[in-house]
Amino acid sequence: MDKTVNQKAWFLVLPVFLIVAFSAILPLMTVVNYSVQDTFGNNQFFWNGLGWFKELLDPSTDLGGRFFASLWRNLLFSGIILAIEVPLGIVVALSMPRRGWGVAACLVILALPLLIPWNVVGTIWQIFGRPDIGLLGYVLNQMGFDYNYVSNDFDAWATVVVMDVWHWTSLVTLLCYAGLKSIPDAYYQAAQIDGASRWAVFKAIQLPKLNRVLLIAVLLRFMDSFMIYTEPFVVTGGGPGNSTTFVSIELVKIALGQFDLGKAAALSLVYNLIIIIVCWVFYTVMTNAGADRQAKGEIA
Amino acid sequence: MARIDLVDLAHSYEGPNAPEESFALKPVSMTWRQGGAYALLGPSGCGKTTLLNLISGIVAPTRGKILFDGRDITGLTTRERNIAQVFQFPVIYDTMTVGQNLAFPLQNRGVPRGEIDARVAEIAKLLDLAPYLNRKATRLTADAKQKISLGRGLVRSDVAAVLFDEPLTVIDPHLKWELRSKLKALHRALDLTMIYVTHDQTEALTFAETVVVMHDGRVVQSGTPEELFDRPSHTFVGYFIGSPGMNIMSAEVKGREARIDGHTIALNRSYDSLPPGAKIEIGVRPEFVNVAMPAPGLLSAHIDRIDDLGRARFARLRVGDVKFAARVPLGFSIPAEQAGLIFDASHVHVYADSRLVEGAP
Repeated sequence: MDKTVNQKAWFLVLPVFLIVAFSAILPLMTVVNYSVQDTFGNNQFFWNGLGWFKELLDPSTDLGGRFFASLWRNLLFSGIILAIEVPLGIVVALSMPRRGWGVAACLVILALPLLIPWNVVGTIWQIFGRPDIGLLGYVLNQMGFDYNYVSNDFDAWATVVVMDVWHWTSLVTLLCYAGLKSIPDAYYQAAQIDGASRWAVFKAIQLPKLNRVLLIAVLLRFMDSFMIYTEPFVVTGGGPGNSTTFVSIELVKIALGQFDLGKAAALSLVYNLIIIIVCWVFYTVMTNAGADRQAKGEIA
Repeated sequence: MARIDLVDLAHSYEGPNAPEESFALKPVSMTWRQGGAYALLGPSGCGKTTLLNLISGIVAPTRGKILFDGRDITGLTTRERNIAQVFQFPVIYDTMTVGQNLAFPLQNRGVPRGEIDARVAEIAKLLDLAPYLNRKATRLTADAKQKISLGRGLVRSDVAAVLFDEPLTVIDPHLKWELRSKLKALHRALDLTMIYVTHDQTEALTFAETVVVMHDGRVVQSGTPEELFDRPSHTFVGYFIGSPGMNIMSAEVKGREARIDGHTIALNRSYDSLPPGAKIEIGVRPEFVNVAMPAPGLLSAHIDRIDDLGRARFARLRVGDVKFAARVPLGFSIPAEQAGLIFDASHVHVYADSRLVEGAP
């Protein structure tokens, strides 16, 4: 195959290259630059090679210990919220009305938490959960529960998890609802005629048809919860102790609290790499699932 | 298995207070006997799918009752009715194999494992699906998927009826024929009541023992294919069934004569008491009118074109402004523009306000 080579195309691509260079590549290179050097201020830099990375990936050092602790904590958090939000989102989507005025009402109510700035969500829950003046905290304490997210690890975790569930279950619900709406009526009618129970309908029709939507929901929720910063920072500030210090909170502490730019840069790069790898795995799984279906002739 | 009675069954999608003229299905009463093969035939929007969905319980009737073997089942849900239905587009359960798809209706009803396997094997064999039983159903072609849908409809031996809603729409033409004969064979083999909805007269006439013709929400005639062809009880049936359809012309009918354009056509029966003020028409199938050389005493017509259908030739003519079709006899050389028409008197029917009038002998 002979292809016409037209060099003019470069002029069309060039602006994009420039924008990407200034918005992504140059800042990233700055981080790379920091990650291999040490600085004590005054714009004086000392070469440190892979020193920061070695320290970061060695759990016996202070930096490595903090990094791995926050990483496991973060993975645990993502696991918990996925385990709650995905099933809950599906259940809510299934119990939503399929037609009538109820649809609009449900959609508006569900969309509300998604529209609130993260910072505000944090503040809402910070006040809501306070044992002295917050509705939730006060009522729980009056009922005899010793609830205080500032002093108790479990309470802090519960608050952050419930807050995330409140904030983001709607997203899963909306995605699932859209997926459910796209199932033709004939499937439900056929299932009725085949005598399928509610559970059989879910297993045989709804869940398989939600497959792809759920993959997207899991990907979005995983990435978001893995990068979570604002809400727990506002509510607990990472405490009590370090019990709710997730990776990004740790990162900010190192970079801005201690001003250890080299360590923070190394952590950023590893953090970034983890996210890119997870994205890539998800993307591959999703496109493979799509290609598989295409091979079966399902997508015309 | 059951006899199905419809009693004054009617349905409106606009609620019970809508005027009856707007009903999707106008009140109908009829009986379908156990083991029969029926077709509901009519153009799109004539209410045939509505009627089908009423029987299966997907739609609840605005009025009237449905009886299975004399038992009123109008209030029962689809699941409780014990009916099978195959839809226009294939519905398959993606995650299951072909075998699991076929077993699904039986499983849901708690049929023992051994019985399920035997029945699934039997149906798979009848539908030529046996080699695919362990394959994922999503991997198959559209017509194989529709076969699975058909199979799921036929797999239960105890159903009151199997309903087909234009099941061959997505099937390739050459496979259509094959599947249709297969359905007919299945009907004979399985002794199930089958009701088949279609807008294709060939499908209806080849599949069914009794064809129910619907028009504008009403059942206009129900009978064997021969009855529909020989004695259409409504001009719509005459026109809709047959290719080309029946010729319908307004005429003045008196006694044993019909007059068109001052020309007289003899009738086999005597029509003396036609309702006054009604629109009187005569209807005759093109098969019973022969084209001849123009001659005095013959109704003359202008020839538009000749259609050669292989087994027969039909002339498309105009009598005055009215379109007309007539058979061209074998070996007849066609005149240039004008032709005479010879009517077979025993097949000329008289219609008053579109309904067949029985003449006196």
